[in-house]
Amino acid sequence: MNKRENKKQQSVDVHSKKSFTNRLSMKNIKETGAKLIFMLAACISILAVALICVFLFANGVPGMAKIGIFKFISGKVWKPGNNIFGIFPMILGSLYITAGALIIGVPTGIITAIFISRFASARIAKIMRQAISLLAGIPSVVYGFFGLIVVVPLVRDLFDVSGTNILSASIILGIMILPTIIAISEPSLNAVPKSYYEGALALGATHERAVFRVILPAAKSGVAASIVLGVGRAIGEAMAVMMVAGNQARMPKGMLQGVRTLTSNIVMEMGYATDLHRDALIATAVVLFVFILLINILFSVLKRRTKV
Amino acid sequence: MISQKKEATIIRILVYLGTILTLFILVSVVGYILIKGIPNLSPALFEWEYNSENVSMLPALINTILMTIISLLFAAPLGIFAAIYLVEYASKVNHLVKIVRLTAETLSGIPSIIYGLFGRLFFVTALGLKMSLISGALTLSIMILPIMMRTTEEALVAVPIEYREGSFGLGAGKLRTVFKVVLPSAIPGILAGIILSIGRIVGETAALIYTSGTVAKIPESIFDSARTLSVHMYAISSEGLYIKQAYATAVVLLIIVVLINAFSAYIAKRIERRSYGKD
Repeated sequence: MNKRENKKQQSVDVHSKKSFTNRLSMKNIKETGAKLIFMLAACISILAVALICVFLFANGVPGMAKIGIFKFISGKVWKPGNNIFGIFPMILGSLYITAGALIIGVPTGIITAIFISRFASARIAKIMRQAISLLAGIPSVVYGFFGLIVVVPLVRDLFDVSGTNILSASIILGIMILPTIIAISEPSLNAVPKSYYEGALALGATHERAVFRVILPAAKSGVAASIVLGVGRAIGEAMAVMMVAGNQARMPKGMLQGVRTLTSNIVMEMGYATDLHRDALIATAVVLFVFILLINILFSVLKRRTKV
Repeated sequence: MISQKKEATIIRILVYLGTILTLFILVSVVGYILIKGIPNLSPALFEWEYNSENVSMLPALINTILMTIISLLFAAPLGIFAAIYLVEYASKVNHLVKIVRLTAETLSGIPSIIYGLFGRLFFVTALGLKMSLISGALTLSIMILPIMMRTTEEALVAVPIEYREGSFGLGAGKLRTVFKVVLPSAIPGILAGIILSIGRIVGETAALIYTSGTVAKIPESIFDSARTLSVHMYAISSEGLYIKQAYATAVVLLIIVVLINAFSAYIAKRIERRSYGKD
């Protein structure tokens, strides 16, 4: 009886050992397979960037070459009907509107970030952060609509011009980049070591002077990064700008004139463009894409410097 | 030279003025749209069929939900898996990791109109998916991929190393440790990423106009064109005939954004409480 049980036990042991090694190799396959799947998933972002580059450049560059790269970028006339494609007015339009947005958004944003970081109580700071994330979440069409309904009539009545112009677009974009600037520069202000502030106080500076003369300079890479990211947002924004900028494809001659940006050029005409016109629009996107890549590089350089 | 005291007062006034300006902007945008929009919300705007009489936003609202679900079906698993690779498997000095991070960063900086154009060239034309829900969703899933990757990565990094060691000590393999121990403790962080992505999808217009199109109907399949609420909002406000309906649509979009924000604040609070609990 005892022997038999023993034997049975043994056979069970042998069995479980076999299945154990079996399971081990199964497990190996599973582990390696899983690792492979995770790695492939990580490579999707590489694939996506590669595809975006390939499709934009392959479709845009031949068109650009056909028009003539120099003629395309520095040409002052955009008349698709006559096969004249010059995007210089749109480049200027994007730059002017972005500059206007920065003039409005950057000081306000940095000051608000300073308030949240160094002046507000913990509770008020928390409420402010909530408010900023709400501002960041509002869709760009809603901003565009607000611009169309509120800002455009205001500008029209104040200056007695058509309200869809560079100024209106700058105001709306300035509002739209506010949360970006606040959300990126506030943590960099918080990250300044306490000893800086205390040292300034010990030297007899007031709280205000310590914040503006010591903490703000110490956080300048982070603040600069927030501005660069704001520039990226402003140059890349399409819908809101299109709704308030007027979109005339001509050289801008003042703040109160309507202007077209690189982004709105694509949105407005992509729906019906064919042949060279279509290629010219994709080439417009290539120019925009190159701008954005440069801005991205600048941003990551600044961010790296913040970490050190 | 002005005295420090005077300087301090001036700076203080400046800071308060700047902050008040920010708050004023927020209150005026949100307040104006709510005050003007809420009286325009009417039952006709929520009828099943859209026509030029009722300008119903219900189909667009349903399309938005469909778009969100389909985009997340692609982006969420990919983003989570990618983050698992970056945090749990890859060594920190791996070249592949550097390239993945660089490209993810690049993706998050690309403007939505470029995504829209790429989606048009790749999904709509090259893959022959036409202007459809699926083309739009695929385009958006690339757009939200970096958000999913970053938030999941942060959540995974925050899981204490002892959890993994404990699991290995009990004889669990790597895969089991990841799915049974690490991922469950990272769920709130991942959820926060999903909510952030939903916010991005709901607010998106430029990437969708030329990929999923502007048909104001509930699609019969994912291969039909469908407009989301933001696209609907753009379409009716640029037509200029339906200002009242545009106000109402803006209110609905705003309410969705507020809800998303409230939910993510709630989750952030829970994460905070949990990490306090641990200490």
